[in-house]
Amino acid sequence: MSGRLTLVCPAGTPAAFDAALEAGADAIYCGFRDETNARNFPGLNFSRAEMRAAVGRAHALGRHVYVAINTFPRAGRLAPWIAALDDAVSAGADAVILADLGVLSVAARRHPGQRLHLSVQAAASTPEAIGFYHEVFGVRRVVLPRVLTLAEVAALSREVPVETEVFAFGGMCVMAEGRCQLSSYVTGQSPNTHGVCSPPDDVHYERRGGEVRSRLGDVTVDSFPAGRPAGYPTLCKGRFNANGRLSHLFEDPVSLNVIEQIPDLVAAGVAALKIEGRQRGKAYVTRVVGEFRKAIDAAEAGRHNRPSAALAAQAEGRRSTVGAYDRRWR
Amino acid sequence: MRAARLTLGPLLFNWPAERVADLYRRIADEAPVDGVVLGEVVCAKRPVPARALAEAVERLERAGKEVVFATLALVMQPRERRTLRELVEQADRRIEANDATALALLRGRPHLVGPYVGVYNEAALAVLAAGGAHRVCLGPELSLDMIGRLAAAALSLPDMALEVVAFGRLPLAISARCYHARAHGLHKDGCRFVCGRDPDGLAVDTLDGEPFLAVNGVQVLSGTHASLMRDLPALRMAGIDRFRLSPHSGDMVAVAELFRAALDGRIDPAEGQRRLASAFPEARFANGFLQGGAGKFWLDQRAAATVG
Repeated sequence: MSGRLTLVCPAGTPAAFDAALEAGADAIYCGFRDETNARNFPGLNFSRAEMRAAVGRAHALGRHVYVAINTFPRAGRLAPWIAALDDAVSAGADAVILADLGVLSVAARRHPGQRLHLSVQAAASTPEAIGFYHEVFGVRRVVLPRVLTLAEVAALSREVPVETEVFAFGGMCVMAEGRCQLSSYVTGQSPNTHGVCSPPDDVHYERRGGEVRSRLGDVTVDSFPAGRPAGYPTLCKGRFNANGRLSHLFEDPVSLNVIEQIPDLVAAGVAALKIEGRQRGKAYVTRVVGEFRKAIDAAEAGRHNRPSAALAAQAEGRRSTVGAYDRRWR
Repeated sequence: MRAARLTLGPLLFNWPAERVADLYRRIADEAPVDGVVLGEVVCAKRPVPARALAEAVERLERAGKEVVFATLALVMQPRERRTLRELVEQADRRIEANDATALALLRGRPHLVGPYVGVYNEAALAVLAAGGAHRVCLGPELSLDMIGRLAAAALSLPDMALEVVAFGRLPLAISARCYHARAHGLHKDGCRFVCGRDPDGLAVDTLDGEPFLAVNGVQVLSGTHASLMRDLPALRMAGIDRFRLSPHSGDMVAVAELFRAALDGRIDPAEGQRRLASAFPEARFANGFLQGGAGKFWLDQRAAATVG
């Protein structure tokens, strides 16, 4: 698939996996059902048998599977990560997506031929940082942190000896990923080590008069008029008081969507576009992957593509942004 | 047991040059710290108080304190990369790496690693040691159990010391976006350096009015002040000899004296914590991460059990 833009799609379940294949994914990323991946939510992810079967279905269609093992093992608990590496390789994964220095070193040593991708969780944001992971561990592709402008993505893609993959659609972290401890400050569980941000067990909705307050642990994250849909209390999307005013201080509840920038991303030299959303259902995967398949095919044929309104409906808060790709976001 | 050492961490806030100079004069002349980390970690846009820093280096070294320069935590732009390269190329300086850009530039040469590089396990520590790191200041979200395991792993490496942040607001997140500017209705490009107005960060409260976080430019800090004063005996038992104090606008000499006294066994840690609280009457203290729980809480069962 070299020279072509690879569409990398999420699958939290075997059903979503098949939906992504059907909708035209070039590659699908997924994880095992434990804390070794950054979407460790109840009811999500793949057993060993499901992973082997899924890889078989993808390979039969000439598509690729990337296994995300992109959390940071806690000291003394490396074994599940090593098992995940071994099992991903033996299932036939085309790449493993890693973030932790220790897991990367184990992978490079135990599975020298295996293709390694650097997770967004490693937050490698410069040619030097990316070069470090390439030289020390042989990383072949880097998922760029969601902090760079489009111009920076282009400059970086020209300068590094590896492929670059960028986020194109979905929920957006506003903090440098793999380096955020907001969730663990409130709940004791972190996306870095437990694979969950704002874990569901700590989420509560409280009715107070005409309002519903969404809370994470003992922290009120937002409030909504009763009867209206209440958003999930992700800390960085909440409303807080600072400098005498209540606002979405960190980020509005919006989704990233760069479908209209696909020709620019191709020109920037990125190798792959990534759709976020392993926690989302089959309908989301079908709709979003289908729209991006059409848009990429159109861009490659030099045709103009008009994205459908259906895509906007999948966005968080039904609003979308190009996020950090536009310098003014900062 | 080896002698415990205290380090004053990098100043995270955008203070005027005169205030920076005052801080390091007092630290050099009066504070019982063994080393001081200088350098801008948070935002490359902030003016560098060059004269104050040059004076600080001279005065701190004359007072027998080790001086280390820390690198920026989030490096993205060509200008930031250039500045970092210039810093690293001054071969006589000890450098503390805070991201993988710095790790790349320092690879193969002795260096330190700061709390912005995620080190959660023995294998990651070994990778850093192989690259030339001989001291690592651990990030805030590690539990005592993890710290103990890492300290044991450090013993098996030829030359590796670990440090733990024991006082101050904890760095929880960093972003390309400036929240200080955003809180003032501005963008990062036209920020007017509004972060300079808040010497300990801008308070962020929940919509119920509960204190929660503090914003410091592109950085998010804990609203609470970490204090591991009462956990010092447990940390020493776990094999930690180095403790870092993060500068705030309060009396940092007093903070250093209290930690020094507790480490030397001259005051009981519980008494040390009481005095710390009266020196920082506005602060809410927390040690939840160390106890393996949510970082914002103050949990003292284990500390109480150890101290007796």
